[in-house]
Amino acid sequence: MESAIRSTSFKQKTNQILGISQEDARISKSYLSIAFIALLLGGLLGLLQGLNRAGVLQLPPWLNYYQVLTAHGILLVVVLSAFFTIGYFYAGLSHTLGGLLPKVRKMAWIGFWMKIFGFVLVVIPILKNEASVMYTFYPPMAASPMFYFGLVFIVLGVWMLSVGAFTQVANWRRNHKGQHLPILAFFATGVFVLLVGATAFVAVEVLFMIIPWTLGWTDGINVLLARTLFWAFGHTAVNIWYLTAVSAWYVIVPKIIGGNRWNDLLTRMVVIPLVIMNITGGFHHQIIDPGISESIKYMHVFMSLAIGFPSLMTAYAMLRVFERTARAKGGKGLVGWYKKMPWGDVRFLSPFIAMVAFIPAGAGGIAQSTNQLDQVVHNTMWVVGHFHLTLGMSVIMTFFGISYWLVPYLSKRVMTPAMNRLGVIQTVIWTIGMVIMSISMHVVGLFGSPRRTSFTTYGDFAETLGWNPYMAAVGIGASLLLIAVILQVYAVFNLMFFAPKGVTEFPIAEEEAGAAKTPYWTERWGIWVVLMLLVVSMAYVLPIADMIMNAPPGSPPFKTW
Amino acid sequence: MHLDEKIWLFLSFGMIMGFMIFTGYQAVALGMGPPSHKETIDPQKVDETAPFDAPGIKQVGENEYEVVMTLQVFSFTPMEIEVPAGSTVHFTLTSKDVVHGFQVANTNLNAMVMPGHIQKISQKFDKPGEYLVLCNEYCGAGHQAMSTKIIVK
Repeated sequence: MESAIRSTSFKQKTNQILGISQEDARISKSYLSIAFIALLLGGLLGLLQGLNRAGVLQLPPWLNYYQVLTAHGILLVVVLSAFFTIGYFYAGLSHTLGGLLPKVRKMAWIGFWMKIFGFVLVVIPILKNEASVMYTFYPPMAASPMFYFGLVFIVLGVWMLSVGAFTQVANWRRNHKGQHLPILAFFATGVFVLLVGATAFVAVEVLFMIIPWTLGWTDGINVLLARTLFWAFGHTAVNIWYLTAVSAWYVIVPKIIGGNRWNDLLTRMVVIPLVIMNITGGFHHQIIDPGISESIKYMHVFMSLAIGFPSLMTAYAMLRVFERTARAKGGKGLVGWYKKMPWGDVRFLSPFIAMVAFIPAGAGGIAQSTNQLDQVVHNTMWVVGHFHLTLGMSVIMTFFGISYWLVPYLSKRVMTPAMNRLGVIQTVIWTIGMVIMSISMHVVGLFGSPRRTSFTTYGDFAETLGWNPYMAAVGIGASLLLIAVILQVYAVFNLMFFAPKGVTEFPIAEEEAGAAKTPYWTERWGIWVVLMLLVVSMAYVLPIADMIMNAPPGSPPFKTW
Repeated sequence: MHLDEKIWLFLSFGMIMGFMIFTGYQAVALGMGPPSHKETIDPQKVDETAPFDAPGIKQVGENEYEVVMTLQVFSFTPMEIEVPAGSTVHFTLTSKDVVHGFQVANTNLNAMVMPGHIQKISQKFDKPGEYLVLCNEYCGAGHQAMSTKIIVK
């Protein structure tokens, strides 16, 4: 036992001095490579859509707008975000827990190939225009069964990676009785718990409802139930990417600006409620659906809004860390301390803009999860503007900021000042593109312009002509974004293969000297998971039982594209 | 915990409670709840089931009309609806195939219309003019063409 402790702490030390082991680095580099290739492809498809909606580009007959939209959504919301999150957290687990166990490494590779195999199965029918069903694949629209089999393999891959992460964490805890899990591993645990919880719903939907139905084994599908199961997954998925970004805000960014971590207990108290209350937030996507009573919808408004609370705490915590660090460096005045922040450092600038974007993004989210406000904007371009602010700015810009130190850390290279300058330029272009695009989307959405629609003026209906200038702005934003995407992908592969050799640190901020000790109950993950299951059943048992018992006759499959 | 932290937590909590209270007040006291009708229908027998066997517009009271409407790829039935200004219109909607959206631009009329479910929503049209009705849930290759209009005289 004692020798085990000594050997892990020895491994931990060598890890911190020599950097990550080759084998662990290869895992994370593979995940990050896939993520940024997906960004390039997804960005290119995004530009095609932006130009089409701007009315300047007509897509060729062999490339359907909705096919492009399906691929864009899946590449960016599922591939880019998931592969980045896994690559980042596996590097974090390796770094903070003293290197990955050989069996965990094996699980990471099995998971990797399962996910890749799943994506190939998903992409083939999309390319053949047999699965233009969007990220949401709402039944009774039915894609080729291969599309759904692909989804099953992706989910199995995610579960394999989650088991790997849990194994690594359990091993560390066995060898470090009574100690607190290092903070980044604590975030990782929360993220993988949520990944299992969220994908469980979509697995039930796909395995037990959609696959038997598309294969013709069952006659009809319960449309409302399938939709409900989808959103328990679909909204949680995007919140998982957000929680990943938040981990970097709390743990990484303070170190980069030369400060200390925010109160450890409060940080863990942000992670825990985000895990417990997240899944039930998906229901607000169904605020204007038939077949769900008003009282259930009202309960879900409460459950969705509750997630806003830890996010508001985060807003405060971040500002406080910035101010304290800048004042320690001699910053003066009520707001004058901002001059002491490292604005020229892309590793700070990019996540900082991401945080600022989360202020309007979060406010828009609160609006959308409130009954009557949602009714005004539901399924309009407003929603598209909202998730380009949340995902495209708050999450992805944080990921960009991470890539400028994580990739050189993994490849044992260093970021040069020239690369930093390129990163700053890339950050500025991306910011301008996203701001132009999302503001226009929010505004035109309020006028009633719908989402997920190719260019149309509805038979030259007078009012829709007034929407066109906004859609042109969307096209301009999309063009800027593609330029930024190309710069970013260039930077990542340069840092991975061509930058000068050297040592890059994995920046994890320390707690302040003399910080109060965190109580040990925060480590009781068993309790948090049970609480999560209780909250989920409180939210879903009644409406799902109602949907099954009062179900209409099922719907047959339709291919409408 | 510092004083400013406590103030912020109080404000955050207050804001969320504020949203809850206003939403509840609007939904319960003002009857402005979201469209949530719970009646079901056999999605393959819409044409034979009343009232959808005779979609159209019907006057049900002074300045009150009922519109029975089906949504299908890629159209609304009936196509054109005409009502006098100041009338309240009660829409009864269902889908004959996939999930559609029912949105009237420049109003708060917005509802999901799903196969197997009957959706109901009402709106008062005060200002004369032409109102664009469109499908806001992706429903297939012709989704962008799925629209109709309401003429208010």
